[in-house]
Amino acid sequence: MKAKVFVTLKKSVFDPQGKTISDALHSLGYKGIGDVRQGKYFELELDAASAEQARALAAEVADKVLANPVIESYRIEID
Amino acid sequence: MKFGVVVFPGSNCDHDAYHAAKDVLGQDAEFVWHKDTTLKGADVVILPGGFAHGDYLRTGAIARFSPIMPAILEFARAGGPVLGICNGFQVLLEAGLLPGAMLRNRDLKFHCEQVTVRVEQTDTPFTQRASARQRLRLPVAHGEGNYYADPDVIRELEASRRVIFRYCDAAGEVTDAANPNGSVGNIAGICNEARNVVGLMPHPERACEAPLGSADGLVLFESVVTALARTA
Repeated sequence: MKAKVFVTLKKSVFDPQGKTISDALHSLGYKGIGDVRQGKYFELELDAASAEQARALAAEVADKVLANPVIESYRIEID
Repeated sequence: MKFGVVVFPGSNCDHDAYHAAKDVLGQDAEFVWHKDTTLKGADVVILPGGFAHGDYLRTGAIARFSPIMPAILEFARAGGPVLGICNGFQVLLEAGLLPGAMLRNRDLKFHCEQVTVRVEQTDTPFTQRASARQRLRLPVAHGEGNYYADPDVIRELEASRRVIFRYCDAAGEVTDAANPNGSVGNIAGICNEARNVVGLMPHPERACEAPLGSADGLVLFESVVTALARTA
Protein backbone atom coordinates (compact mmCIF):
# COMPACT_ATOMS: atom_id res chain seq x y z
CA MET A 1 0.00 0.00 0.00
CA LYS A 2 1.21 3.48 -0.73
CA ALA A 3 0.67 6.67 1.24
CA LYS A 4 1.22 10.07 -0.31
CA VAL A 5 2.02 12.80 2.19
CA PHE A 6 1.85 16.46 1.16
CA VAL A 7 3.58 18.84 3.57
CA THR A 8 3.14 22.59 3.22
CA LEU A 9 3.76 25.61 5.37
CA LYS A 10 0.72 26.55 7.45
CA LYS A 11 -1.48 29.28 5.99
CA SER A 12 -0.39 31.68 8.72
CA VAL A 13 3.31 31.21 7.86
CA PHE A 14 4.91 33.32 5.13
CA ASP A 15 6.36 31.17 2.35
CA PRO A 16 9.29 33.06 0.79
CA GLN A 17 9.85 30.38 -1.86
CA GLY A 18 6.20 30.37 -2.89
CA LYS A 19 6.27 34.17 -3.11
CA THR A 20 9.36 34.08 -5.34
CA ILE A 21 7.76 31.48 -7.61
CA SER A 22 4.59 33.55 -7.81
CA ASP A 23 6.61 36.68 -8.66
CA ALA A 24 8.52 34.75 -11.36
CA LEU A 25 5.29 33.52 -12.93
CA HIS A 26 3.89 37.04 -12.96
CA SER A 27 7.05 38.37 -14.57
CA LEU A 28 6.64 35.68 -17.25
CA GLY A 29 3.30 37.21 -18.07
CA TYR A 30 0.93 34.77 -16.34
CA LYS A 31 -1.90 36.96 -15.17
CA GLY A 32 -4.33 34.39 -13.82
CA ILE A 33 -2.09 33.04 -11.04
CA GLY A 34 -2.42 34.33 -7.49
CA ASP A 35 -0.54 33.11 -4.46
CA VAL A 36 1.71 30.06 -4.81
CA ARG A 37 2.46 27.80 -1.87
CA GLN A 38 5.25 25.26 -2.29
CA GLY A 39 5.94 22.22 -0.15
CA LYS A 40 7.21 18.68 0.06
CA TYR A 41 5.79 15.47 -1.29
CA PHE A 42 6.54 12.02 0.17
CA GLU A 43 5.59 8.58 -1.14
CA LEU A 44 5.67 5.93 1.57
CA GLU A 45 5.55 2.24 0.69
CA LEU A 46 3.65 0.73 3.62
CA ASP A 47 3.12 -2.75 4.90
CA ALA A 48 -0.43 -2.28 6.14
CA ALA A 49 -3.52 -4.50 6.26
CA SER A 50 -6.04 -1.78 5.55
CA ALA A 51 -6.30 1.77 4.29
CA GLU A 52 -7.13 2.90 7.83
CA GLN A 53 -4.02 1.27 9.21
CA ALA A 54 -1.93 2.79 6.41
CA ARG A 55 -3.36 6.22 7.11
CA ALA A 56 -2.68 5.89 10.84
CA LEU A 57 0.92 4.86 10.22
CA ALA A 58 1.48 7.66 7.70
CA ALA A 59 -0.01 10.19 10.13
CA GLU A 60 2.24 8.92 12.91
CA VAL A 61 5.44 9.41 10.90
CA ALA A 62 4.19 12.72 9.50
CA ASP A 63 3.61 14.00 13.05
CA LYS A 64 6.90 12.66 14.33
CA VAL A 65 9.29 13.27 11.45
CA LEU A 66 7.99 14.46 8.07
CA ALA A 67 6.37 17.69 9.20
CA ASN A 68 7.22 20.24 11.87
CA PRO A 69 3.88 21.17 13.47
CA VAL A 70 5.18 24.62 14.45
CA ILE A 71 5.27 25.73 10.82
CA GLU A 72 3.84 22.96 8.66
CA SER A 73 0.64 21.04 8.08
CA TYR A 74 0.11 17.91 5.99
CA ARG A 75 -2.46 15.96 4.03
CA ILE A 76 -2.44 12.21 3.39
CA GLU A 77 -3.75 10.20 0.43
CA ILE A 78 -3.79 6.39 0.44
CA ASP A 79 -3.41 4.44 -2.83
CA MET B 1 35.52 22.65 33.94
CA LYS B 2 34.73 20.60 30.88
CA PHE B 3 33.06 21.60 27.64
CA GLY B 4 31.35 18.82 25.69
CA VAL B 5 31.10 19.60 21.97
CA VAL B 6 28.57 17.39 20.24
CA VAL B 7 29.57 16.23 16.76
CA PHE B 8 26.93 15.20 14.26
CA PRO B 9 27.79 13.95 10.78
CA GLY B 10 27.87 17.27 8.94
CA SER B 11 28.82 19.47 11.90
CA ASN B 12 31.49 21.90 10.71
CA CYS B 13 31.96 24.38 13.56
CA ASP B 14 32.75 21.70 16.15
CA HIS B 15 36.48 22.41 16.00
CA ASP B 16 35.89 26.16 16.30
CA ALA B 17 33.89 25.61 19.48
CA TYR B 18 36.49 23.18 20.82
CA HIS B 19 39.27 25.68 20.00
CA ALA B 20 37.45 28.51 21.77
CA ALA B 21 36.98 26.42 24.91
CA LYS B 22 40.32 24.65 24.99
CA ASP B 23 42.85 27.01 23.44
CA VAL B 24 41.36 30.45 23.95
CA LEU B 25 39.80 29.89 27.39
CA GLY B 26 42.15 27.16 28.56
CA GLN B 27 39.30 24.91 29.71
CA ASP B 28 39.00 21.17 29.33
CA ALA B 29 37.04 20.16 26.23
CA GLU B 30 36.01 16.93 24.59
CA PHE B 31 34.12 15.97 21.47
CA VAL B 32 31.01 13.84 21.96
CA TRP B 33 29.97 11.80 18.92
CA HIS B 34 26.27 11.80 18.11
CA LYS B 35 26.17 8.02 18.58
CA ASP B 36 27.54 8.29 22.12
CA THR B 37 24.95 7.97 24.84
CA THR B 38 26.73 9.87 27.61
CA LEU B 39 28.16 13.37 27.73
CA LYS B 40 31.49 12.15 29.17
CA GLY B 41 31.21 14.26 32.29
CA ALA B 42 30.77 17.57 30.47
CA ASP B 43 29.77 20.55 32.63
CA VAL B 44 28.51 22.53 29.65
CA VAL B 45 27.28 21.20 26.32
CA ILE B 46 27.68 22.93 22.96
CA LEU B 47 25.72 21.92 19.88
CA PRO B 48 27.82 23.42 17.10
CA GLY B 49 27.00 24.81 13.69
CA GLY B 50 27.07 22.94 10.43
CA PHE B 51 24.66 20.80 8.46
CA ALA B 52 23.84 17.83 10.68
CA HIS B 53 22.78 14.87 8.52
CA GLY B 54 22.97 17.18 5.51
CA ASP B 55 20.02 19.14 6.90
CA TYR B 56 17.89 16.74 4.87
CA LEU B 57 14.14 17.01 5.41
CA ARG B 58 14.53 20.08 7.65
CA THR B 59 17.45 21.59 9.52
CA GLY B 60 18.00 19.53 12.66
CA ALA B 61 15.09 17.19 11.88
CA ILE B 62 17.18 14.01 11.73
CA ALA B 63 19.76 15.09 14.32
CA ARG B 64 17.12 15.28 17.03
CA PHE B 65 16.80 11.48 16.86
CA SER B 66 20.54 10.92 17.42
CA PRO B 67 21.46 8.51 20.24
CA ILE B 68 23.11 11.35 22.19
CA MET B 69 19.90 13.42 22.37
CA PRO B 70 18.31 11.70 25.41
CA ALA B 71 21.46 12.48 27.39
CA ILE B 72 21.32 16.12 26.28
CA LEU B 73 17.63 16.36 27.22
CA GLU B 74 18.36 14.90 30.63
CA PHE B 75 21.35 17.23 31.14
CA ALA B 76 19.21 20.23 30.18
CA ARG B 77 16.33 19.17 32.44
CA ALA B 78 18.77 18.89 35.34
CA GLY B 79 19.75 22.53 34.74
CA GLY B 80 23.01 21.96 32.87
CA PRO B 81 24.01 24.81 30.56
CA VAL B 82 23.44 24.01 26.87
CA LEU B 83 24.37 26.33 24.00
CA GLY B 84 23.07 25.69 20.48
CA ILE B 85 24.88 27.67 17.81
CA CYS B 86 23.34 28.06 14.35
CA ASN B 87 22.62 24.46 13.29
CA GLY B 88 22.85 23.54 16.98
CA PHE B 89 20.06 26.07 17.65
CA GLN B 90 18.02 24.46 14.87
CA VAL B 91 18.54 21.04 16.49
CA LEU B 92 17.35 22.41 19.86
CA LEU B 93 14.19 23.75 18.17
CA GLU B 94 13.44 20.44 16.46
CA ALA B 95 14.13 18.59 19.72
CA GLY B 96 11.63 20.82 21.53
CA LEU B 97 14.19 22.14 24.03
CA LEU B 98 13.45 25.61 22.67
CA PRO B 99 10.17 26.83 21.12
CA GLY B 100 9.63 27.86 17.51
CA ALA B 101 11.09 26.85 14.16
CA MET B 102 13.29 28.19 11.38
CA LEU B 103 12.04 29.25 7.98
CA ARG B 104 14.12 29.96 4.88
CA ASN B 105 15.66 33.44 5.01
CA ARG B 106 13.08 35.88 3.66
CA ASP B 107 15.27 36.76 0.65
CA LEU B 108 16.05 33.04 0.06
CA LYS B 109 19.79 33.85 0.19
CA PHE B 110 22.42 32.21 2.32
CA HIS B 111 23.76 35.01 4.50
CA CYS B 112 27.45 34.84 5.31
CA GLU B 113 28.43 38.13 6.90
CA GLN B 114 29.22 40.03 10.08
CA VAL B 115 26.15 41.22 11.94
CA THR B 116 25.57 43.13 15.15
CA VAL B 117 23.42 41.67 17.89
CA ARG B 118 22.30 43.27 21.11
CA VAL B 119 22.39 41.34 24.37
CA GLU B 120 18.83 41.64 25.66
CA GLN B 121 19.14 39.69 28.91
CA THR B 122 22.14 38.94 31.06
CA ASP B 123 20.56 36.44 33.45
CA THR B 124 21.55 33.32 31.52
CA PRO B 125 24.73 31.28 32.01
CA PHE B 126 25.91 32.42 28.58
CA THR B 127 25.36 36.16 28.95
CA GLN B 128 25.95 36.92 32.62
CA ARG B 129 29.30 38.60 31.98
CA ALA B 130 27.86 40.77 29.21
CA SER B 131 26.29 44.10 29.99
CA ALA B 132 22.64 44.79 29.20
CA ARG B 133 22.24 46.09 25.63
CA GLN B 134 25.89 45.30 24.90
CA ARG B 135 26.46 45.08 21.15
CA LEU B 136 28.37 42.12 19.78
CA ARG B 137 29.86 41.85 16.29
CA LEU B 138 29.41 38.23 15.27
CA PRO B 139 29.39 36.33 11.98
CA VAL B 140 26.27 34.62 10.66
CA ALA B 141 26.29 31.87 8.04
CA HIS B 142 22.88 30.38 7.38
CA GLY B 143 20.13 29.92 4.83
CA GLU B 144 17.46 29.09 7.36
CA GLY B 145 17.69 31.53 10.24
CA ASN B 146 14.31 33.18 9.86
CA TYR B 147 12.99 32.51 13.35
CA TYR B 148 9.28 31.88 13.55
CA ALA B 149 6.84 31.01 16.31
CA ASP B 150 3.10 31.51 16.70
CA PRO B 151 2.17 35.00 17.97
CA ASP B 152 1.15 33.51 21.34
CA VAL B 153 4.58 31.93 21.74
CA ILE B 154 6.31 35.18 20.78
CA ARG B 155 4.23 37.07 23.35
CA GLU B 156 5.18 34.51 25.97
CA LEU B 157 8.88 34.74 25.04
CA GLU B 158 8.80 38.52 25.29
CA ALA B 159 6.81 38.56 28.54
CA SER B 160 9.17 36.11 30.21
CA ARG B 161 12.28 37.95 28.88
CA ARG B 162 13.45 34.93 26.94
CA VAL B 163 14.66 36.80 23.86
CA ILE B 164 18.38 36.91 24.60
CA PHE B 165 19.85 38.39 21.41
CA ARG B 166 18.37 40.67 18.73
CA TYR B 167 19.82 41.79 15.42
CA CYS B 168 20.48 45.52 15.58
CA ASP B 169 22.35 48.25 13.74
CA ALA B 170 25.73 49.68 14.77
CA ALA B 171 24.03 52.08 17.18
CA GLY B 172 22.16 49.24 18.88
CA GLU B 173 18.78 50.07 17.34
CA VAL B 174 16.61 47.13 16.35
CA THR B 175 15.68 47.91 12.74
CA ASP B 176 14.37 45.89 9.85
CA ALA B 177 17.45 46.81 7.80
CA ALA B 178 19.63 45.17 10.47
CA ASN B 179 17.63 41.93 10.28
CA PRO B 180 19.55 39.55 7.97
CA ASN B 181 16.89 36.87 7.63
CA GLY B 182 13.41 38.13 8.50
CA SER B 183 13.22 36.73 12.03
CA VAL B 184 10.16 37.81 14.02
CA GLY B 185 11.12 40.72 16.28
CA ASN B 186 14.73 40.60 14.99
CA ILE B 187 15.20 37.57 17.25
CA ALA B 188 18.72 36.15 16.97
CA GLY B 189 18.67 34.01 20.09
CA ILE B 190 16.36 32.77 22.85
CA CYS B 191 16.46 30.68 26.00
CA ASN B 192 14.21 28.09 27.62
CA GLU B 193 11.98 28.72 30.61
CA ALA B 194 14.66 27.68 33.10
CA ARG B 195 17.14 29.93 31.18
CA ASN B 196 19.91 27.27 31.09
CA VAL B 197 19.39 26.36 27.41
CA VAL B 198 20.31 29.11 24.95
CA GLY B 199 20.20 29.00 21.16
CA LEU B 200 21.40 31.62 18.70
CA MET B 201 22.02 31.83 14.97
CA PRO B 202 25.23 33.95 15.00
CA HIS B 203 28.57 32.23 15.66
CA PRO B 204 30.27 33.45 18.88
CA GLU B 205 32.83 30.62 18.60
CA ARG B 206 34.12 32.11 15.35
CA ALA B 207 34.61 35.49 17.01
CA CYS B 208 36.81 34.76 20.01
CA GLU B 209 40.11 36.22 18.83
CA ALA B 210 40.83 39.68 17.43
CA PRO B 211 42.80 38.37 14.41
CA LEU B 212 39.58 36.67 13.27
CA GLY B 213 37.85 40.04 13.03
CA SER B 214 36.09 40.12 16.38
CA ALA B 215 36.57 38.77 19.87
CA ASP B 216 33.05 39.75 20.93
CA GLY B 217 31.86 36.14 21.06
CA LEU B 218 34.22 35.29 23.88
CA VAL B 219 31.86 36.77 26.45
CA LEU B 220 29.44 33.86 25.98
CA PHE B 221 32.13 31.33 26.84
CA GLU B 222 33.55 33.43 29.67
CA SER B 223 30.05 33.78 31.05
CA VAL B 224 29.44 30.07 31.31
CA VAL B 225 32.85 29.54 32.94
CA THR B 226 31.87 32.11 35.56
CA ALA B 227 28.40 30.65 35.94
CA LEU B 228 29.76 27.17 36.55
CA ALA B 229 32.48 28.39 38.90
CA ARG B 230 29.76 29.93 41.04
CA THR B 231 27.75 26.74 41.24
CA ALA B 232 30.79 24.50 41.83
